[in-house]
Amino acid sequence: MSVPKEHMMPMLDASMKKPVARLRLIDGIYALILLAGAYYAYANYGPAMGSYGSGTLWGAAAGLAFLGWLWPATRVLVAVVAVFSLLTLYQYGLYTPGGDAVGRIKLHEIQEGHFFLTYFLSSPAATMWMVTLFALAMPTYFFGLWRRSEFTLKVGSALVWSGIAMGFIGFFARWRESYLINFDYGHIPVSNLYEVFVVFSVFTSILYLYYERRYKTRALGGFVMTVVTAALGFLMWYQFAQSANTIEPLVPALKSWWMKIHVPANFIGYGSFAISAMVGVAYLLKEKMGGDGVNDRLPSLTVMDDIMYKSIALGFAFFTIATILGAMWAAEAWGGYWSWDPKETWALIVWLNYAAWLHLRLSKGWRGTAMAWWSVGGLLITTFAFLGVNMFLSGLHSYGKL
Amino acid sequence: MSDSLNIPNPPASEAEAAPGAPIRAMQPIGLTKRILLWLTSMNLAVTLLMFLAIASVIGTVLKQNEAFSSYLDVFGPFWFAVFRNLSLFDVYSATWFVAILLFLVASTSSCVIRNAPSFLRDMRSFRLNAQEKSLRAFAHQTELRTELTPAMLVPRIQASLKSAGFSSRVKAGPNETLISGRKGSINRIGYVLTHLGIIVILLGGLLDSKMQLKLMDALGMVKVETANIPVSEVPEASKVPVGGLQAFRGTVNIPEHKWGDVVFIGLKDGYVVQELPFKVFVNKFSIEHYDTGMPKSYMSNVTLTDKATGAEITKTIEVNHPVHYMGYNIFQSSFGDGGTKLKLDAWQLSGKAGVAQPIDSAVFEKKNFDFNDQKYRLEFTDFRQYNINPVIGADGLEHQVNYGPSVTFKLRNAAGEAIEYQNYFFPITFKDHQYFLSGVKRSIGGQQQFLYIPADQNGSIKTFMAFLATLSDPAKMQAIAAQLIGDAGNATGTDAVASTKLTQAASASIAQLVEVFVRQGFPAMQAKIATALADRKLSPEASQQAEQASISVVRSVLERAFLDTLTQLGDKQDFTDKDAKFFDDAMDAISALPVYGSPILVQPMSFEQIQSTGLEISRAPGAIWVTIGSIMLVLGIFMGFYIHYRRQWILVKPEGRGSRMLVAGSDVRKNIDFDRDFALFCGELMTMTESKPMKDSSPTGSGTQGSPA
Ligand code: HEM
Repeated sequence: MSVPKEHMMPMLDASMKKPVARLRLIDGIYALILLAGAYYAYANYGPAMGSYGSGTLWGAAAGLAFLGWLWPATRVLVAVVAVFSLLTLYQYGLYTPGGDAVGRIKLHEIQEGHFFLTYFLSSPAATMWMVTLFALAMPTYFFGLWRRSEFTLKVGSALVWSGIAMGFIGFFARWRESYLINFDYGHIPVSNLYEVFVVFSVFTSILYLYYERRYKTRALGGFVMTVVTAALGFLMWYQFAQSANTIEPLVPALKSWWMKIHVPANFIGYGSFAISAMVGVAYLLKEKMGGDGVNDRLPSLTVMDDIMYKSIALGFAFFTIATILGAMWAAEAWGGYWSWDPKETWALIVWLNYAAWLHLRLSKGWRGTAMAWWSVGGLLITTFAFLGVNMFLSGLHSYGKL
Repeated sequence: MSDSLNIPNPPASEAEAAPGAPIRAMQPIGLTKRILLWLTSMNLAVTLLMFLAIASVIGTVLKQNEAFSSYLDVFGPFWFAVFRNLSLFDVYSATWFVAILLFLVASTSSCVIRNAPSFLRDMRSFRLNAQEKSLRAFAHQTELRTELTPAMLVPRIQASLKSAGFSSRVKAGPNETLISGRKGSINRIGYVLTHLGIIVILLGGLLDSKMQLKLMDALGMVKVETANIPVSEVPEASKVPVGGLQAFRGTVNIPEHKWGDVVFIGLKDGYVVQELPFKVFVNKFSIEHYDTGMPKSYMSNVTLTDKATGAEITKTIEVNHPVHYMGYNIFQSSFGDGGTKLKLDAWQLSGKAGVAQPIDSAVFEKKNFDFNDQKYRLEFTDFRQYNINPVIGADGLEHQVNYGPSVTFKLRNAAGEAIEYQNYFFPITFKDHQYFLSGVKRSIGGQQQFLYIPADQNGSIKTFMAFLATLSDPAKMQAIAAQLIGDAGNATGTDAVASTKLTQAASASIAQLVEVFVRQGFPAMQAKIATALADRKLSPEASQQAEQASISVVRSVLERAFLDTLTQLGDKQDFTDKDAKFFDDAMDAISALPVYGSPILVQPMSFEQIQSTGLEISRAPGAIWVTIGSIMLVLGIFMGFYIHYRRQWILVKPEGRGSRMLVAGSDVRKNIDFDRDFALFCGELMTMTESKPMKDSSPTGSGTQGSPA
């Protein structure tokens, strides 16, 4: 079989130019700004942070600089989130020395008293914006896909970017608010089911945008945002039926630095697995409708297969880190790194499942339909580990009972 | 499908995974070899991974390590026996589960042993023996034509390989030159690190498991103790000397101002005692609370003494902040009472009611006493300083309310039957009125019910007890009744002698009714009135009226008794609404006394709190291996996924005045990025070598199958 030239030539398209080791001036400037910010924070708050805290600060600056080099668009995101989060801090009274904690009622009054806080920047407001923007993105993407409208699809991406920004702004606001209610309550908002659902939505969306750019296709947005929208539906129910959004103090077992990194690492894993499953759905749909053709709306099966692999690989790597961090934390909090607690055990089950998937792909070269079904099934297992364990099984991980 | 068949010296696993494998089965092979082949097969690996996942599910669905009796309740005798024989109640230490784990170690080790040498050899090789035929069969290959001669080409090709990140070697033959490039070969180290990491983690974990203890138990080197006895009474056979176990995790409860130098390790249906080379003296255990009453932190301040040197060190152990000492880890794991000293008043409820006797005791102590010729025993089991309970407030919202300290004890009668009580030190306010609470639990795990005894304005139980004393004194009650009837009789002006007799009879029967009420409760009194009336053969309406009349007479006698009590206590001139409410509450309490189940009311007066801390002490020599293995695993995974192991071959042959180049490439992962990168490389190469694709040839990718000529 010989290959028609036209079909191959796009491969040599200049737009495909590899992101070879190019380090530009902007990368340096950006890194310097981040380091300066970290230095400012360290100089002012260093003594209060401790060694782990300072390590996290410098690590975050370096990590964001790397991310900015790898994916320039994140620089805009970081700038927007930084500006608005600082504005939030300012409105909450960053400069009132000592008089930090004000209590729930006063906090509410402060929020009511500022236009920006009431409608945009306080965590309840920003989170609602995030929910709205993400929920709008899904139909927008699907509409764009149906009408083949590149413009509509771009609107979809813009909605997702904005939702992510609002999610982060709300996240940082909530972090600050927890200290404002009562200094003792202060904690990073990744400590209960409500908070991690926000983290899940934001991480899944940002990971999706990465693949959108990397594969130059916005066609899968509707599929991925379906999972995010479903998660947000749950979030809204949880908020309105159970008042789950109230900021509560931490139980002693959760008062640990490990929480700050264990939980986000887990959600890179969960988010990636969710993406691979939704791409799997798109793959199966396309295959059912006759596979690749000339007038395709969706990317080719090969490309979707590749995205599935890439996101499972990424998810697996981070899930491994998260599980190991969890074990280290358990060793410090409970006295043993592995107790066969239901949450731990389900993390292992999820991990083993994807390990099996990866082996069949890497070593036996399995691809296509079976693997797509498997990654869809993987999401069910992941969902059980994420939610089902909290609902049906009891154990040491009691951070979010339903 | 796979270009690996054409690569000289393919990695073993890839060759095996290929459909061509049956060739091996044709040859007679030895048993060891066959076992090794089976152990290293990808099918076995994947099967084991999935098996382990499914087996793990069982342990999360079925609650592990509960008491056998509760399983028996849930599953019935048949399934209980089946499940127990399959060790489903302790899956993770079941032989079959450990066997799967060991199989996984064996399989992973054999994989590494089998693949690592060839992978490492492959990493270093440039595969300069590739033949034109095999290169043409690659999915990624193309042919280029240029006017430059081979000699001029070689440096240019090497330069373009170098700029694309490949290191290269040249093999010059008589009529063809092969240039081979390679990059990212440490991807293969990733494979080795990943799998060695798993093995190291599993072995480290095994080192820290109960394996050694179980082995010692199986060999009879240590005996499991099941009785709940003090450490000093535990036989030597159940003790493990210092260093006797390489790894363990045990717990110990130590009261404040006491010390401990052992831990208890749960095994089967009992425990063994592990001795420690140091003493733990507990200076203080404390809990900090948030303003909601929720605990904020638990911590123990301890002094550790090295038994060998006598060296002391004082430390604070907190949740998430363990202390590491002499190679042992000490964690804060639970807390409880450590024998709080108690002063209590035992008020008699019957017989000579209203009399109190002081008791000095402590939590975990037992007190015997006789009452009405019956033997009883008080067993104090717990003291709690805070009792946070959700209460619906006046605003209709739920609030967390602290009921204050309480003491829990059991009252055991001569027959050995016990009722559990939880009595509070201070009165608790409900809707503006104060009550002493006594929680009653008749059976283990049963519902707790409360006796509410009204507190007087001084917040004391004395008024209630004095009232009860009045009611329990038949002579007093008769006198009160007589006085009341006498008052009423004068008003109607009946004959004096007859009336005295009548009054006596009536007041005696009223006093009797009161006695029944106090001893047996309101329903019993009602029943007694009903039987008395039944003799008189009244019409139903008349009988009901008479009953109501009797009850209201009794009630006014009780009210009078209450007023008399208040007067006696000397603190009362007028009868307020508060007193009326107190009277009603006292009536409720008194009518509940017969079912309270205790002849005395134990009213806690003061305490001197002594807490105990639950520490977990462990030795985990495997932990460092688990950490090392984890680092290997993470590094290996990132290397395996994100370092692309690629090769490029360029076979140069003279053609006419110029040359022709056959370009082929491979990537172990065969992902689509290589399609793009191969095309990009060819593009660069064409510029560098001033070449053009041959007719009918262009860079191909795996998305579009390559075509062997
Ligand atoms: C708990 C057990 C195992 C885990 C968690 C595991 C994990 C992994 C991971 C993460 C990879 C891909 C990353 C890399 O190449 O570095 C991989 C690849 C691989 N594994 Fe395993 N593995 C396990 C057991 C096994 C066993 C028992 C075998 C033997 C049959 C095996 C054979 C392979 C092979 C052949 C590859 C592909 C290497 C390549 O082509 O790059 N693994 N494994």
